[in-house]
Amino acid sequence: MATTTPSRRGVPDRTSKVRSGAGAGSSPGRKRGPKLRRDRLSVQNGPGWLFSTPFLVLFLTFMAVPIVATFVMSFTDFGLRNVADPFSTEFIGLENYTKLVDDERFLTSLFNTSYFVIVGVPLTVGAGLFAAVLLNRGVGRLRTFFRVGFYAPVVTSIVAVAVVWRFVLDPADGLISNLASEVGLSSPDFLGSKALAMPSLIVMAAWRNLGTAMVLFLAGLQGIPAEVREAARLDGAGVWQEFRRITVPLLRPTMLYVSVMTTIGFLNVFEEPFVMTEGGPDNATLTVSLDMYHEGFRFFHMGYASAMAYVLFTVILAVTLLQLRLLKDKTK
Amino acid sequence: MTAPAHATETAPRLHKGEATRRRLLLGVLWTGMIVMIAPFLWMALSAFKSEKDLGASPTVWIPDEWTLIHFEKLVKLLDIGSHFFNSTLVAVLVTVCNLVFCSMLGYALAKLNFAGKRPVFALVMCALMVPGNLMLMPMFVMVSKMGLIDSYAALVLPFAAGAFGVFLMRQFMTAIPDELLEAARIDGAGEWFIFWRIAMPLVKPALATLAIFTFLQSWNNFLWPLVATNDPEKYTLPVALATFAIDPTKTNGSNGVLMAGAFLVVLPVLLVFILLQRYFTQGIATAGLK
Repeated sequence: MATTTPSRRGVPDRTSKVRSGAGAGSSPGRKRGPKLRRDRLSVQNGPGWLFSTPFLVLFLTFMAVPIVATFVMSFTDFGLRNVADPFSTEFIGLENYTKLVDDERFLTSLFNTSYFVIVGVPLTVGAGLFAAVLLNRGVGRLRTFFRVGFYAPVVTSIVAVAVVWRFVLDPADGLISNLASEVGLSSPDFLGSKALAMPSLIVMAAWRNLGTAMVLFLAGLQGIPAEVREAARLDGAGVWQEFRRITVPLLRPTMLYVSVMTTIGFLNVFEEPFVMTEGGPDNATLTVSLDMYHEGFRFFHMGYASAMAYVLFTVILAVTLLQLRLLKDKTK
Repeated sequence: MTAPAHATETAPRLHKGEATRRRLLLGVLWTGMIVMIAPFLWMALSAFKSEKDLGASPTVWIPDEWTLIHFEKLVKLLDIGSHFFNSTLVAVLVTVCNLVFCSMLGYALAKLNFAGKRPVFALVMCALMVPGNLMLMPMFVMVSKMGLIDSYAALVLPFAAGAFGVFLMRQFMTAIPDELLEAARIDGAGEWFIFWRIAMPLVKPALATLAIFTFLQSWNNFLWPLVATNDPEKYTLPVALATFAIDPTKTNGSNGVLMAGAFLVVLPVLLVFILLQRYFTQGIATAGLK
């Protein structure tokens, strides 16, 4: 008896469950069907937030809080001793910012970063566009080959590439000085010269980044209908006119994206001067990020470095908004 | 057999002007290609050149004798094995986290309706724009307060859910037909099941793209690992190479050793890239244009 009761009890239980389950699924379920469907399709708050949680938690911890903290720190004299005891730091108002205005090194780094961006971005975007237009003119199978070659530097570590370029530019045994001596010329000391160090870094940055621009432009070019080009050609447009009047205007959205992304990247330039010149000679390649790193992690003037970070961020925001405005208006 | 077939195929198209134009085009492209590849070739050749050939006065372009001496020196000076391990482990963990977390949010943003969806998406777009340098100082303080300096957690967690990945996955998830998901919902499947068993298999190419990009980004990441590690044992490859490269007492001015180091950092990445190049170009084109 004792052994059969649960089974007996279990059987009707199970069947009743199944029956009631089936009943709930069939009669009220069918009636509720459209409503249930609409409900579940229109609002899924639970799953939506659940799926957002990992990103939001990480975003909050490693982005939102630090962004606010940097802002707060930029008004303090946060130093080495505060790393262990952050809350004993003292507020000094705008002192960091007023100091920045008179800081020769920082002003130099701002100038150098602008130099790097103003020359480097058009060079990189232009070279990428040039490569894309050439590759789009039907080189058949070779296109993939060239595309891989032009894009290859993008995937490699900036540090490794900077180490290699330092040797390429070496005045004694470098690739360029060796090539120069083959034809009886001598090459200058690129990285040791105040005038040539920054242009050398710019050329290297263009070499490394033009692949990204090229791939994006290639995708953009393929979006231009062949009929449009055909029509232009029938109307007697030459290669240059076709480029000016068809390609460039239709590529504006791509141009916008490429310029904004390249500019943001270039404004943050750090690895190249860190490895190749350490900011020298005589601060000629000191960039804002490098100066900030030195202040923050060599001298542990973290409050001061935070103010630098915010100045750079403000510049980035302003330049991005300016670009959005300049490049977007013309599409209309 | 192939030659005449080729000739008939191209012959009618090639007028004289067009042929020279094509030659010019290829000439320019080849010149560009040589410029792009030259530094890598120079690196590879120098890594295997003897010290004597490196400084030879009429330049020795191809080494007379190929030597592994620089690699031997490098292994003595730098614990390449553990740096390689650190870089690989961190990159793998970051990639796995991104594949899961970015896909989850990408799916939610593309296919679920929930209160607060717009602000969350706006947050992702903002995160896309914020440069990492901005967070450097408080992140360092936070991580050292938590005692996580020199830990893998410090190298992985800040990059475990990148905004770019969310954006990319959202773009691809949007292309999944709603009817498919609706059908599964009507059959009583839960959202997690739908996401994991229906949506994810449909975006495999996007996952491949995201995996490659995240892995590379992590592999090449420099500034944060530089700040977040003190113990040379815990350096990732780029940090080890950079601190090695800027310290002339360690390299003894030998460019051969440095080229050997750069060669080891660059080679795996280049090989992976050449094998999987399709995913790269597809990936950035999609993310950039949609």
